[in-house]
Amino acid sequence: MSLTADEVKKIAHLARLGIDETDIDAYASDLSNMLDLMTQMGETNTDEIQPMAHPMDQMQRLRPDVVTEKNQREHFQSIAPQTEAGLYLVPKVLD
Amino acid sequence: MEWETVIGLEIHAQMATKTKIFSAASTAYGAEPNTQACAVDLGLPGVLPVLNQEAVRMAVKFGMAIEAEVADYSVFARKNYFYPDLPKGYQISQMELPIVGIGHLDIEIDGETKRIGVTRAHLEEDAGKSLHEDFHGLTGIDLNRAGTPLLEIVSEPDMRSAKEAVAYMRKIHELVRYLEICDGNMQEGSFRCDANVSVRPKGQQEYGTRAELKNINSFKFVEKAINIEVERQIDLIESGGTVVQETRLYDADNNETRSMRSKEEANDYRYFPDPDLLPVEITDQLRAQVKADLPELPSVKKQRFMEQYGQDKETAATLTSSRQLADFYETVAKESGCTAKLCSNWVSVNFLGALNKANLEIAETPVNAERLAGLLKRIADNTISGKTAKQVFDSLWESDLTADEIIEQQGLKQITDSGAIEAIIDKIIADNPAQVKQYLSGKDKVFGFFVGQVMKASQGKANPAEVNKMLKDKLK
Repeated sequence: MSLTADEVKKIAHLARLGIDETDIDAYASDLSNMLDLMTQMGETNTDEIQPMAHPMDQMQRLRPDVVTEKNQREHFQSIAPQTEAGLYLVPKVLD
Repeated sequence: MEWETVIGLEIHAQMATKTKIFSAASTAYGAEPNTQACAVDLGLPGVLPVLNQEAVRMAVKFGMAIEAEVADYSVFARKNYFYPDLPKGYQISQMELPIVGIGHLDIEIDGETKRIGVTRAHLEEDAGKSLHEDFHGLTGIDLNRAGTPLLEIVSEPDMRSAKEAVAYMRKIHELVRYLEICDGNMQEGSFRCDANVSVRPKGQQEYGTRAELKNINSFKFVEKAINIEVERQIDLIESGGTVVQETRLYDADNNETRSMRSKEEANDYRYFPDPDLLPVEITDQLRAQVKADLPELPSVKKQRFMEQYGQDKETAATLTSSRQLADFYETVAKESGCTAKLCSNWVSVNFLGALNKANLEIAETPVNAERLAGLLKRIADNTISGKTAKQVFDSLWESDLTADEIIEQQGLKQITDSGAIEAIIDKIIADNPAQVKQYLSGKDKVFGFFVGQVMKASQGKANPAEVNKMLKDKLK
């Protein structure tokens, strides 16, 4: 399977990655190779195998429903580019 | 051409946990912005989500209540999209292996029962809130809500009218409150709904193209939004156009739906299993615990009220519409020992009427079940008449006194002493010879005059039935 330049651009856009035009061919080739590997793996018969959701063979530990976090707004907002009235300010986005 | 409407609903119910789904920050509503958004909720580097056991328990509870398949093994996934109120750039949700699988719920529509399929229900995290006004052209972000546990309940496209959709939504609303897994507060956004709406020529098998109506926050608006969207789609098709699959917003002010600017690739979420979270196992022990905790469900309670208290369908439905109201009714019935009819009437008519008038929730009632029961006892033993009882009820509402204290203080006790009534009757007869003559000559209507005079003379405290009987005897 081989990806086109447009598909590479689309994937980059979805992940909000800025890529250099001159690198697109190399990305297309690398990503295509990865997909080929997946196709090859896909040929293995896995009918009897339960899909693996996580490489660690363990179950999720659950947490009791008790509030232990304290308000650290000042601390967190000290690294934010812009805040006002307790809010984080970001460039305007419209629905 | 005749058209058929097809509707499926996605309901988001915030789980009533104390903490977030993946962090130990508080979920309490109304706090100062960002004071309940911790490092996990902000998506800071290096943090790990840890799943809240209560959120899992609540989801399982819902699953059992709709007789769904509850998964043995459930997986969380990342749903990727970019929006400033979603700090990580993905929402932790579930794609494959949701906690709750196929279930169902029965609704009543025009006296008929209809079964609505529930496709699935899965856990996910809520996003923060964007405030678009007043920040010099910037958007303000409050992440207190980010990470609040949501149960997304997805129905089958089984509903055929806006009315059915509302009935289903109400039923789910009633159920989650019964189960005490969601407070159901729609104003605060604890219970929200998206509707998938399409139309097709009647008789056609395949579905038409659907539009998704987003975030409708009241029962009234769900009905209106669906109706107006159905109208739009039919007009569009009949004038030669085609419906496009898109997300639309309902504008309540203008009663219309509007296309949201469709962000390209908007629906390419690239789900994949979240490597930060291990699979969740729903153990037999948890199932057993939840099962033991399951309250009597609304439909079962309604049926029981009809059988045990001889209520008609409507009264039973009213009295079981919330767990608190049903409990209130049963306390009144038990404490007063009065007939089911008297209790049903007083709770469903007088008491609920007063609550509605004062715009209060049952939890805020100034008259508790015990005090109302005290009043009903005095109606049942003829201490006061039904009419006087209404007056006592008003006083109950406005004071902390018991019914007995009010009756005593205001001297409202009904005169059941026949000697006292007899004396009044004798006097009235003696004072009104002309009317007596008329009555005896066959003018039956004058009888009402005598009853009125006696009641007036007794200041309304004579027992009307007794007065009638005695007057009849005296005027022979």
